[in-house]
Amino acid sequence: MYDVLIVGCGIIGAAAAYELSRYNLKIGILEKYNDVANGATKANNAILHAGYDCVPGTLEAKTNLEGIRLAKTLCEKLDVEYRQLPAMVVAFNERQMEKINVLYKQGIKNGVPGIRIISREEILEREPNVSPKVIGGLFAPNAAIVNPWEYAIALSETAVRNGAELYLSTEVTAISKEDDVFKVITTNGEFLAKYIVNAAGNFSDRIHEMVGGKGFHHTYYAGEYYVFDKNQCRLVNSLIFSCSEESGFKGTTIFPSVHGNLLAGPNFYQVQDPEDLATDGQRLAELKKNILEVVPCIDFRETIREFAGIRPSTNIDDFIVGESPYCPKFINLAGMKSPGLSAAPALAKICVDVLRDAGLTLDLKDEFIDTRKRIIFRELDEQSKIELVKKNPLYGRVICRCETVTEGEIVEAIHRPIVPRSIDAIKRRCNAGMGRCQGGFCGPAIHMILARELGVSPLDIVMDEDGTYILTGPTKEVAR
Amino acid sequence: MKYDVIIIGGGPAGLAAACGACENGAKSVLIIERAKELGGILNQCIHNGFGLQYFKEELTGPEYAERFINLVKDLPVQISLDTMALEITRDRKVKCVSSTGGYQELEAGAIVLCMGCRERARGAISIPGDRPSGIFTAGTAQRYVNTEGYMVGKRIVILGSGDIGLIMARRMTLEGAKVLACVEIMPYSNGLTRNIVQCLQDFDIPLYLSHTITKIIGRTRVEKVIVSRVDESKKPIPGTEIEFECDTVLLSVGLIPENELTRAAEIEIDPATGGAVVYENLETSVPGIFAAGNVLHVHDLVDYVTEEGKRAGAAAAKYALGEHRSGKVLKVESGSGVVGPVPQLIRLENVAKSQDIFFRVRNIYQQANIRVLDGDNVLCTFKRNHMIPSEMERIRVPRTILNQAVSDRLVLSVESREEEQA
Repeated sequence: MYDVLIVGCGIIGAAAAYELSRYNLKIGILEKYNDVANGATKANNAILHAGYDCVPGTLEAKTNLEGIRLAKTLCEKLDVEYRQLPAMVVAFNERQMEKINVLYKQGIKNGVPGIRIISREEILEREPNVSPKVIGGLFAPNAAIVNPWEYAIALSETAVRNGAELYLSTEVTAISKEDDVFKVITTNGEFLAKYIVNAAGNFSDRIHEMVGGKGFHHTYYAGEYYVFDKNQCRLVNSLIFSCSEESGFKGTTIFPSVHGNLLAGPNFYQVQDPEDLATDGQRLAELKKNILEVVPCIDFRETIREFAGIRPSTNIDDFIVGESPYCPKFINLAGMKSPGLSAAPALAKICVDVLRDAGLTLDLKDEFIDTRKRIIFRELDEQSKIELVKKNPLYGRVICRCETVTEGEIVEAIHRPIVPRSIDAIKRRCNAGMGRCQGGFCGPAIHMILARELGVSPLDIVMDEDGTYILTGPTKEVAR
Repeated sequence: MKYDVIIIGGGPAGLAAACGACENGAKSVLIIERAKELGGILNQCIHNGFGLQYFKEELTGPEYAERFINLVKDLPVQISLDTMALEITRDRKVKCVSSTGGYQELEAGAIVLCMGCRERARGAISIPGDRPSGIFTAGTAQRYVNTEGYMVGKRIVILGSGDIGLIMARRMTLEGAKVLACVEIMPYSNGLTRNIVQCLQDFDIPLYLSHTITKIIGRTRVEKVIVSRVDESKKPIPGTEIEFECDTVLLSVGLIPENELTRAAEIEIDPATGGAVVYENLETSVPGIFAAGNVLHVHDLVDYVTEEGKRAGAAAAKYALGEHRSGKVLKVESGSGVVGPVPQLIRLENVAKSQDIFFRVRNIYQQANIRVLDGDNVLCTFKRNHMIPSEMERIRVPRTILNQAVSDRLVLSVESREEEQA
């Protein structure tokens, strides 16, 4: 019997698990996919927002600002790529300038530090590659970029190190409640729990409905992105937002990622299926046009990838956080559209309070692991590189040439508490395959390392989710 | 540790460069190779057809590589396998790392860049649709099949008609897979004619010219692709969609020289070739650093890579031994119909009898003239019966002609002879 079962291990579930693992509790995390951070957490613009978009007084406004304050220390302690970078919303006409004034006033009310209106001249001085047609904008120095999947991996890994139990490829199909105990039926067996935390991202309405919950449902607003080669990264120095006039959409952003690529996106469109991540030629062409209106010199021949993500938005205008009015001891952390990533650590703290109010006894553990350190070969100084390779020669073998990722890093990632079982899971943990060749060279090498370390046949290794098989069998020569 | 010449990459260009360097007096040569054996991508090219120009016989990729590996064995060439060059500097230092040698900084009298090229991936050409498994670049599929011994699919559509894609069409067919189509966005094939005949026609694999994949469908594994005809501006024409049920898409949509080390050393790159800007002796904008093979410009045949590697190795040895070049510089530029001439710069005094210039043409030409222009003045003309974009052209301009240039710019252009008569 679990004290708390968390459904979903994206950034929200991971943050909740991390926060709850401070206490003497038996915690289970159920994740439908074969890795953590595999829904909206892996496909978003990786920005910790400054906080001027949120309507003052909402939970979004409160947790966004609190969340980015917490994120800074958290990322430092858990060794997650994080970089503070100013946000700049740029306007190209008077109507957009009016919107900028609205954002400015919201920002002031929300307490965004250092927010101000900035002149055309200052924008162009800071960002010489922004189109000279810009007329003015908004400036907020407290935004940041983060590695969103590493953030969730770090939080969930730390929770597991502190005793939480993670079940991957475990999809919840039904929940019943008898004598104050939840019985959770999954594709991977049954689980009993006293409390449930619903952090199921785009599926949280369905999970809520399993306990008779009503009142919110998801509408799936997707967005597409372009990823560019590192050689385009220096074109901008801050997070440049086009001024969106659509509600629920913060605008297309052009910004450097923590990995040193240039990212541009998203757009905003509705899909019917929460897993419909297909990209569309016409939409991408339109997005490209909009991006070039803001930063005309981006070289689209340097695109290395396009992808789409889906915002977990609902019919409610704010995050949905609290005990369900339809089912006691069932806690929703739902509707985590933007700024969900920014707010996550603050929401996790609220989640603990809600559980306490719902009757859960919370005793702090005597010992709690809250640091983590990875070895990233390419970031070491020369002396450390020399010593590291001497100590473990696997760090001397570069597997991913575009991102300079060594076999040592890949093997280390495979043997961490949350075992990556796919090529993409390795990519998320080590960056291998993320570069300009997109795994063309290192894909087969990583494939064979993964099979070797997991002790399985290469035929059993998948690209990403269950079912994304890569190989269909041995060649004739090998079969003979 | 100091070497006369350090060569980055032990594929065909690097092996030839080592030979060229030793033949020209280099006493210590080092090849840094990231793989566990020499030979580069030739090792996975188990088909034949290599060496027809250079050896006048037909070899497989590994056989072709072996010839040079054996040559290098008898030369004063040291080889660092399983070693990654991480950085080169403008003062010719090379930083590299390996499991056995650790992290090292080496010094060179001259460096030859022979890093080869990589394949363009899905993202670079924006194929819309789902993101399932089963999409491979042709070279990655080739590695799985030929080196690792695993099949990557059963029903295959190939996008692009580059040579690796064509070779893989035949290879997959021989392994029992069904290759449904080869789809090429251009109105002509991008592979060698002999590969179109031997790899597609001989196996009844249809080639769809002026077509492209407009959508990939499949949530986990590829289930089908939609192929559409494109108009003259390469835009898909609605209503021309053909559906192929397949589990695999192979991409053969172009090669990109791997110049990350080059760029990091701030060596000038030619956007037309994707390789370094080089002088007549394959020296880059940084003195003492040379480039050859697919890292300089993408070749069709390994035989020409070998030839270029030898020249670069020879020039590197001479530089290391103190022969530094200077003098009046002629720029070589592309005029109508011409793409990416190499070399881009010629130091006239250093041309012996003649200078070879390599380039590609933009279109298919029958009965055409290649002209070398000095302002309005035609310095010389080369006749060609047939030219296609997928085959590299070479002209050999005599020194006596180069001497006649009044300006400092040579412009290459192509005109069809019919036009000229009209």
